[in-house]
Amino acid sequence: MNEDAGPIFRQVAAQIENAIVDGSLPEESQAPSSNELSAFHRINPATAAKGLNQLVTDGVLYKRRGVGMFVATGAREQLLKRRRSEFADQYVRPLMTEASKLGISTTELARMIDRWEDER
Amino acid sequence: MTAAATLTDVTMRYREHTALDAVTTSFATDGITGLLGRNGAGKTTLMQLLAGHRVPSSGQVRVLGTDPYEDDAVLQQICFVKESQRYPDHFRVRDALSAAATLFPTWDEDLARSLVADFDLPARRPVVKLSRGMVSAVGITIGLASRAPVTFFDEPYLGLDAVARQLFYDRLIADYAEEPRTIVLSTHLIEEISGLLEHVVLLDGGRVLLDDDVETLRASALTVTGPTGRVEALAREHEVLTRDALGGSTRAVLRLGRPLEPADLAASGLAAEPTPLQQLVVALSTRATGTASAAAAARTARSSTPYEGATR
Repeated sequence: MNEDAGPIFRQVAAQIENAIVDGSLPEESQAPSSNELSAFHRINPATAAKGLNQLVTDGVLYKRRGVGMFVATGAREQLLKRRRSEFADQYVRPLMTEASKLGISTTELARMIDRWEDER
Repeated sequence: MTAAATLTDVTMRYREHTALDAVTTSFATDGITGLLGRNGAGKTTLMQLLAGHRVPSSGQVRVLGTDPYEDDAVLQQICFVKESQRYPDHFRVRDALSAAATLFPTWDEDLARSLVADFDLPARRPVVKLSRGMVSAVGITIGLASRAPVTFFDEPYLGLDAVARQLFYDRLIADYAEEPRTIVLSTHLIEEISGLLEHVVLLDGGRVLLDDDVETLRASALTVTGPTGRVEALAREHEVLTRDALGGSTRAVLRLGRPLEPADLAASGLAAEPTPLQQLVVALSTRATGTASAAAAARTARSSTPYEGATR
């Protein structure tokens, strides 16, 4: 885990969320256990469990008693919705800050995005 | 959380030297705690007291509810892996392990065997003929295989190479996940183990400087970089742990008086990032020790002349 990137339990949760969003961890499949996460990321099992519990609280994972944690149906849609709503803050805001530092106007920025779309 | 071990107002004096000065702290049941601090901070003394190897000059030591000193029932539940542990001259590796096996009712022979194999320990070789790293590996094997409810590792990695240290961390985590217990680990290699720790006790000059959950600690400090004027404006509202200036920009480690959102800081042209545990510990210890160099560095950083602060 990256020590410079915020609380470790949140990084654990974010990685599982990523796997759900990109489809590598499908809905109703079993999520890694806290012991597996702890061994993989070389972190304290309690920290790994905290990350998992956060996802249970968020309704992304649910517990099957004695079996483990599973990805909830609708979790992917829920995560996409949340990420879209956070998109402006996480990506547009730093983009605008840097643009204004360089004296790039919003119109110019829009043109850049259009050009990038065309070239893709 | 219940405590497996507590010290209450414990002072330990050796002649003129005070190794621990009115220390009150506790170690949670089933948790991994890092005992950090500079050389001579009192880490080993604290562990010796908890392991029942010494009696404090004053104050109270409790492990699993009782005074560990000369209490066999408690002592067989405590494993203390010392930095450069000595073994009887004629002991081979297997003798050291079988002695430990008789000492701890919770001993796990299978685990011991697999650790001996992992560390490539020669079971028939006398311990005195082993390299330093291998002696450390014997200590680690005993510490883990003892499965003692309370286990102390006092800088257990002496002479171990990076590969063997990683092996130690991996096996510690795996075995702890399987059998949670109270583990206290003193180390200088903070960066290597910070992910393993739930809790940190930082000692300095025999006193407790910090006693907190790692997540709480990380959230309590922020490294902020940006134009000196803006950093200084922000610094006035928080406690500055370290400060380095280069040209017109400054990097400061702040202990936050109130939570700050990195995104808000970014909007005002400041880059903010969490402070790694190691840096936080160094900053706090440096400040506490109040070394001349730290004071000098703070003076230069405070001066407004550009480039002057960059000498460090």
